[in-house]
Amino acid sequence: MSLRDFKALRLDGMSRDFGSLYALKDINLTVERGEFIALLGPSGCGKSTALNCLAGLLPLSSGSIWLDDKRIDTLGPEGRGFGMVFQNYALFPHMTVRKNIGFGLRMQNRPKDEIERRVDEAMRLVRLTNQGDKLPGQLSGGQQQRVAIARAIVVEPPLVLMDEPLSNLDAKLRLEMRAEIRRIHASLGSATIYVTHDQDEALSLADRIVVLRDGVIRQVGTPAELYGRPAHADVAEFMGYRNIIKSHAELGEHLEVTVGGAKLWGTSVDLTASGPALAAIRPEDLSATPDGPISAVVQNAEYRGRDFFGLATTVDGSELYFRSEAAVLAGETVRLAADPQRILVYAA
Amino acid sequence: MIRTQSVAGRLWVWAVWLLVGFFILNLLGLIATVVVNSFSTRWFTTWLPVGFTTKWYLSAWEEFQLPDIMMATFEVVGAVVLLSGLIGVPAAYAMARREFPGKKFVMLLFLLPMLVPPITFGIPLATVLYKAGLAGSAIGVILANLVPTVPFVILVMIPFIQQIDPRVEQAAKVFGAGTFRMFTNVLVPLLTPGILAALLLVLVRTIAMFELTFLTAGPSNQTLVVALYYAVFAAGVRAGQSVDAMAVIYMVTTLAWLLLALQFVNPTQIVTRAKRK
Amino acid sequence: MRQALARKGIDGVTLLALPAVFFVIALFIYPFLYGLFLSFAPKDGSTLGNYIKFFSDPFLYDTIWKTLLIALPVTIINLAFSVPVALRVRLMVKPKLLTTILVIPITLGTVLVAEGMLNYFGPRGWLNRALLEFGLSDAPLHLIHNYWGVFLSLVITGFPFTFLLTLSYVTGIDPALEQAGAMLGARGWERFRFILVPLLLPGLMITFCLSFVQAFSVFPSAVLLGAPAGITRVISVAAYTAAFEEYDYSMASAIAMIMATVQVGIVAALLGVQSLLYRGPAGGGKG
Repeated sequence: MSLRDFKALRLDGMSRDFGSLYALKDINLTVERGEFIALLGPSGCGKSTALNCLAGLLPLSSGSIWLDDKRIDTLGPEGRGFGMVFQNYALFPHMTVRKNIGFGLRMQNRPKDEIERRVDEAMRLVRLTNQGDKLPGQLSGGQQQRVAIARAIVVEPPLVLMDEPLSNLDAKLRLEMRAEIRRIHASLGSATIYVTHDQDEALSLADRIVVLRDGVIRQVGTPAELYGRPAHADVAEFMGYRNIIKSHAELGEHLEVTVGGAKLWGTSVDLTASGPALAAIRPEDLSATPDGPISAVVQNAEYRGRDFFGLATTVDGSELYFRSEAAVLAGETVRLAADPQRILVYAA
Repeated sequence: MIRTQSVAGRLWVWAVWLLVGFFILNLLGLIATVVVNSFSTRWFTTWLPVGFTTKWYLSAWEEFQLPDIMMATFEVVGAVVLLSGLIGVPAAYAMARREFPGKKFVMLLFLLPMLVPPITFGIPLATVLYKAGLAGSAIGVILANLVPTVPFVILVMIPFIQQIDPRVEQAAKVFGAGTFRMFTNVLVPLLTPGILAALLLVLVRTIAMFELTFLTAGPSNQTLVVALYYAVFAAGVRAGQSVDAMAVIYMVTTLAWLLLALQFVNPTQIVTRAKRK
Repeated sequence: MRQALARKGIDGVTLLALPAVFFVIALFIYPFLYGLFLSFAPKDGSTLGNYIKFFSDPFLYDTIWKTLLIALPVTIINLAFSVPVALRVRLMVKPKLLTTILVIPITLGTVLVAEGMLNYFGPRGWLNRALLEFGLSDAPLHLIHNYWGVFLSLVITGFPFTFLLTLSYVTGIDPALEQAGAMLGARGWERFRFILVPLLLPGLMITFCLSFVQAFSVFPSAVLLGAPAGITRVISVAAYTAAFEEYDYSMASAIAMIMATVQVGIVAALLGVQSLLYRGPAGGGKG
């Protein structure tokens, strides 16, 4: 498949409001060809609005969208030539799988034999041969998903938009399709923008993750950056730092932060002076060890196969999620420790 | 939603709204003339009448024996609402909760009286009622009006009952409620909004049901709409303003109940049976 | 025995449907069958006398044609206007005011609309006054006591009915389907032609049938607004005259049966066409 050539998609101050409420505010982002971008955020953060604006299904309130040096936000959805995979797939129920996949080519008035050939090719790519004459209603959820993807990519769009495409599938199928989407993306070389609220999905799929919150970009970074060093405490919380502790930090030779009554060394993210701070620690980085500095009473603990996962209350009343190699019981006192590199400190 | 961006597209949208506007303008004009005329002293060649008066309401009240007609109307409507609820709701419950052989056939049986227009089945029905000596009596009028309303209640109630989780009833039985207690303590409160909506719709439809009442009523049990028909039919016998005064009374009666019904149902439900989500 | 019945779904609860079934059979099915038999027992003692009389007397058989001449154009116009309007109204955030206004003529019924039309469309009514005032017409239009009176009354009560039915089908289509079409390059007209029309067609067929049957049974407005002795002597007027003016219940039943046959015939023809077309959910795939 040859792809329409483009170097980059550029969002320039893209904003969208609904009356007095803004859903997106001043989004600036450049997406290179071949990139896989995940738009990540909790529900209501504006990620679906962003996708619909990109698709042309929602007009912008201000700002612009550029494909290289061509302005495209003035075009309707049918003029942009992007592919889109909808959350509920939005397959045409009255058309066979082949007709669904070939719809975009038909709208371009391609010759019949070309349509046939490219539909075959797309069906092979999504591994859906022999299902061509069925109606969407006769397919399983995973198969419908594949049809939706094939329909979006068969027109060789410069950009494929995916709106939480895995949210209607069961857990096992979701893992399987995740790998499929990554494989299809790699074989196409187009750019993909993928909306999700699932951080695991974003981490495993994307080249870069854009974290949105309240319509504003909070951070753009690689999965490793997002996982290891979130730029803000709220991003950290969303990325799995379940322990966000209100604390006080002393900036000296080492950064010292108070957690559960104990003073620990931590790593500053955006702290410039001593004062109130937030300490963020992943539960899996806070482990029970006999000589840990924090003393806490276990509230509850659950066995997770390789280790235990628990919740404990410290002497100053803060609650901490932690892991333990050894069995722990409710009511028992444990001592907790974390690597200073894995205690991220934010200015409060 | 997708916005129309081309010039032709915008023109088309304008044309559609213009059409709707024109329709509504004429509709409101049509209703307004009735109201204005009912208050007019004389109204011939001007935009508005020469003067306004309320005397036609008094004369209509007496000329058309409106107290009797109102009584007859509410007697018929009340009985139809009550009976169609009593017959329709249990049947809807059975249809919503049980699968039995021949269910499709029974469903068709309930659909038919709603699909066949009243005038078509009204003539044979009136014939049977005449043979049975019931035509011209209130009982005959009530029976005839029940023919479309019983199926209507059933068809409105089926989806409503289906959306109530049957486990609620099972739970009530697990906690020891007998079938009767289950019905009165659990089901009826859950069903009340649906029953209320269905019966209000029946009420509005029955007040406005012309054909069946017209074919079966005698002089003593005409409803408001039938009396209005005769008054319009015999136009010229009485002053037009007097007829319009009666029309306004009919309109107010119907619309008041319609407004009440619309508190509980969507306007589209007056035409379609179940609102799809 | 009881268990065997219960397994088939017949128990105390199922029996709750019995009164309604009995009621519909007694007051709908039985009168219909009674009417059917009565129609074959005319006053002259023959079997087919009524039907022979109906189809040999132009004054009678013309009523079918006259009724069709009103009912078919009205139904087609109502449906043709309903679809574009419904497609716009679907996009409205708060359509309730509009649907409420439109439900008013249905609720008020044909008799009141007829009285209003006699005033409003009359030679001295507001419409003609406006036409003359704005120079749109030289002489008052004759809109009542003729074909157009009945036609307009069926548009005024029929359009809202057709529209609300159409709207319920239109709103049943997942908007994402149209968006998907747009993303694949389909323009407004192409989305309508390839996505909306095929999905709407079954619903529009049903709407057409119901609207047609309503229009075909026009009665009060044909008498009050038409020329019930002439061009708008529709079939229901003929049936009514036979029953309540000539007291020939046998003939009246025969006309009612003919009326039902024409209605069923047209509906069956349309549903036959429909069964050849796609039937299925209008949603997007599963769910």
